[in-house]
Amino acid sequence: MLEIAVRHAFHGFSLDVAFDAPPGVTVLFGRSGSGKTTIVNAVAGLLTPDAGRIVLGKRTLFDSERRIGLPPHRRRLGYIFQEGRLFPHLTVRQNLRYGAWFAPGSSPSDGIDRVVDLLGIGHLLDRRPGALSGGEKQRVAIGRALLASPGLVLADEPLASLDEAHKAEILPYFERLRDETSVPILYVSHSASEVARLATTVVALEAGQVIRQGSAADILGDPAILPTGAREAGAILTAKVSVHHPDGLTELDAGGTPMFLPRIAQPPGSAVRIRIAAHDVILARARPQGLSALNILSGTVREVRTGEGPGAIVALDTDAGRLLARVTRRSADTLGLSAGAAVHAVIKAVSIAPADIGSGFPDA
Amino acid sequence: MNWLGPEEWTAVALSLQVSFWATLVSLPFGVLAAHALARWTFPGKQLLNGIVHLPLVLPPVVTGYILLLAFGMHGPVGGFLSEAGIVFAFRWTGAALAAGVMAFPLMVRAIRLSIEAVDPKLEQASATLGASPLWVFLTVTLPMALPGIIAGAILAFAKAMGEFGATITFVSNIPGQTRTIPSAIYAFLQVPGGEGPAIRLVLVSVAVAMAALLLSEVIGRRVAARVGGR
Repeated sequence: MLEIAVRHAFHGFSLDVAFDAPPGVTVLFGRSGSGKTTIVNAVAGLLTPDAGRIVLGKRTLFDSERRIGLPPHRRRLGYIFQEGRLFPHLTVRQNLRYGAWFAPGSSPSDGIDRVVDLLGIGHLLDRRPGALSGGEKQRVAIGRALLASPGLVLADEPLASLDEAHKAEILPYFERLRDETSVPILYVSHSASEVARLATTVVALEAGQVIRQGSAADILGDPAILPTGAREAGAILTAKVSVHHPDGLTELDAGGTPMFLPRIAQPPGSAVRIRIAAHDVILARARPQGLSALNILSGTVREVRTGEGPGAIVALDTDAGRLLARVTRRSADTLGLSAGAAVHAVIKAVSIAPADIGSGFPDA
Repeated sequence: MNWLGPEEWTAVALSLQVSFWATLVSLPFGVLAAHALARWTFPGKQLLNGIVHLPLVLPPVVTGYILLLAFGMHGPVGGFLSEAGIVFAFRWTGAALAAGVMAFPLMVRAIRLSIEAVDPKLEQASATLGASPLWVFLTVTLPMALPGIIAGAILAFAKAMGEFGATITFVSNIPGQTRTIPSAIYAFLQVPGGEGPAIRLVLVSVAVAMAALLLSEVIGRRVAARVGGR
C-alpha cells in the first residue's frame, strides 16, 4: 500500500493530490500537464514537494512535517522512465545487474534468469543499448527496474515513445508483471487502452487535482470523466473466453451474453477485459434485424451527456456491463434517448482492436 | 638517440618526468574541481572558478613568484612541508608543481565540458537504482566523461611540457634538476654556438606535442565509441 499526499507549486502550476495506491497496478490517468510525472518524481525522490507525506508500507519516504526525506537511492524503487535511460557505456547484462549491486541481500543470479525469461531478452545480454531497438530498450529498462528488488515499481508512460507494434510487444510484459509478482506498480498513462488492459485502480487527474479514483471499469465507464476527451472515450467489459470457432471467431461470455471477436490468443476459460471504444457503438431503439454486426447487447440508458459540440456520450447499463456510446446530439434527440430508455447497442466484432483486449486479469 | 647530446637528453627526460607527474597528481584534483563546477551548487562557486582559472590569465612569472613565496623554503606552505621532508624549492618536484598549476585550468575546462555533457537523467536513473551520489559519480558520470578526462589529461601533459615562465621563476634553471626542454632551449640560445642543440630540442618538442595530440585523438575516439554504446 502506497499513501500519497503531496502539495507542490511551480511555474504557475500547482499540484495538490492525496490518494492511496492499493496492491496491483495503479494508473495515474490524465492528459499531459495534469501532474502525473510530478507525482511519480516526488515518490522517487527526484523532486522534493513543498509539503506532504509519502508512505510505502511501513516506510515513510517523505514527510514534510516530520522533516523526513529519504534520498532517491535509499527509497528502493524501480523507476521505468519514458525514454528508457539505459546506461550507454554498459552492456545489457551490466545494466540489468546495476540495481542488484546496490540492493543488499538480493540474489541477482537466479533473479536475473527469471526476469530475462519474463521479458524475453536473453539474446540481448552482451549487446550495448546503442544496438537495441526501442522496444528492446524498454524491455531491458523494465528488467533493470525489477532487478533492483524494488518495493514499488514506478512507470512513467513507458510506452509513449514506442510505435503501436512495439507497444503491443511490451504491454503483455506489464500484464505478466502485474499477475506474476506482488510488487505494486504506479503507472503513468494518458492512454485509455493501457488503462483498460493494466489498471487495478485508476486515479484520474486534471490540472493537478484528483478528480476521481476507482476501478478501471468505473472510471472509463463514467462519461463525466474523460481526461483525454470524448474522442478517446470507451468503456470496459469483462468476459470469459467460451470457445474458439473454426471460422476464426472467438466467442466470449460477457455476463451471460455471448459476444464475438476476431480470434484472440487466450485459451477458453480465461478471463479477458475488452475496451469498447465509444465511437464504435451504434444505438438502436428496436432490436435490429438483418444486420452484419455480430454483437447486439440490450440495456437501458443511464445518462446522456452533451457538451458544446455536436456529439453526445450515452452511458448505458447492459447485462455485459457498462458501455459508452458516442453519437450525435441529433441522433440522441431523434431516438429520444434519456435516462431509463431501453436501447440496443450494436458492436461490430472486427472493430475491437487487439490492443484493447487485456488478459489474465485476476479480478475479472 | 646519439644525435642528442647528454645535456639535451637530460632535459628531454626531465621534461617527460616533470610533465608525467604534474599530470598524474593534478588529475584527481582536476576531476574533482570540474565536477564541483559542473554539478554542485555551493557558496563561493564563482570564487573557486576564478582561482582555478587564475594561472591561465596571470602572467606566468607572477604565478611562479607566488609559488616561490608560498612553497619556497621559507614560505608558509613550503616551510611546513619541508619539515615533513617534501621540498619543492629548486627541485624537479617544484618544476612539476609549477607545470601542474599552469596546466590545471586547461585540464579542468576540458573535463568540466565533458561532465556537463553527461545527461543528468542518467545520473537520476542511477540514483533510483540505489546508487549513492559517490557511486553515481564513479559508475555513470566518470565513465561517461572519460573521453573528456583523457583529452584534458593529454592537453595538460602537452601544456606542462612547454611550461617556462612559472618554472624558471619558481625553481630557476638548474641542469639535471629543473632544466626542462624550454629552459634548456632558452639556456642554449644565451651562449654562442647553441643554435644546434636548441633546434634539436625544438624538433623534440614538436614531435612530443604532435604525438600527444594524435594519441588524445585516437584514445578519445575509441573511448567515445565505447561510451556511445556500440
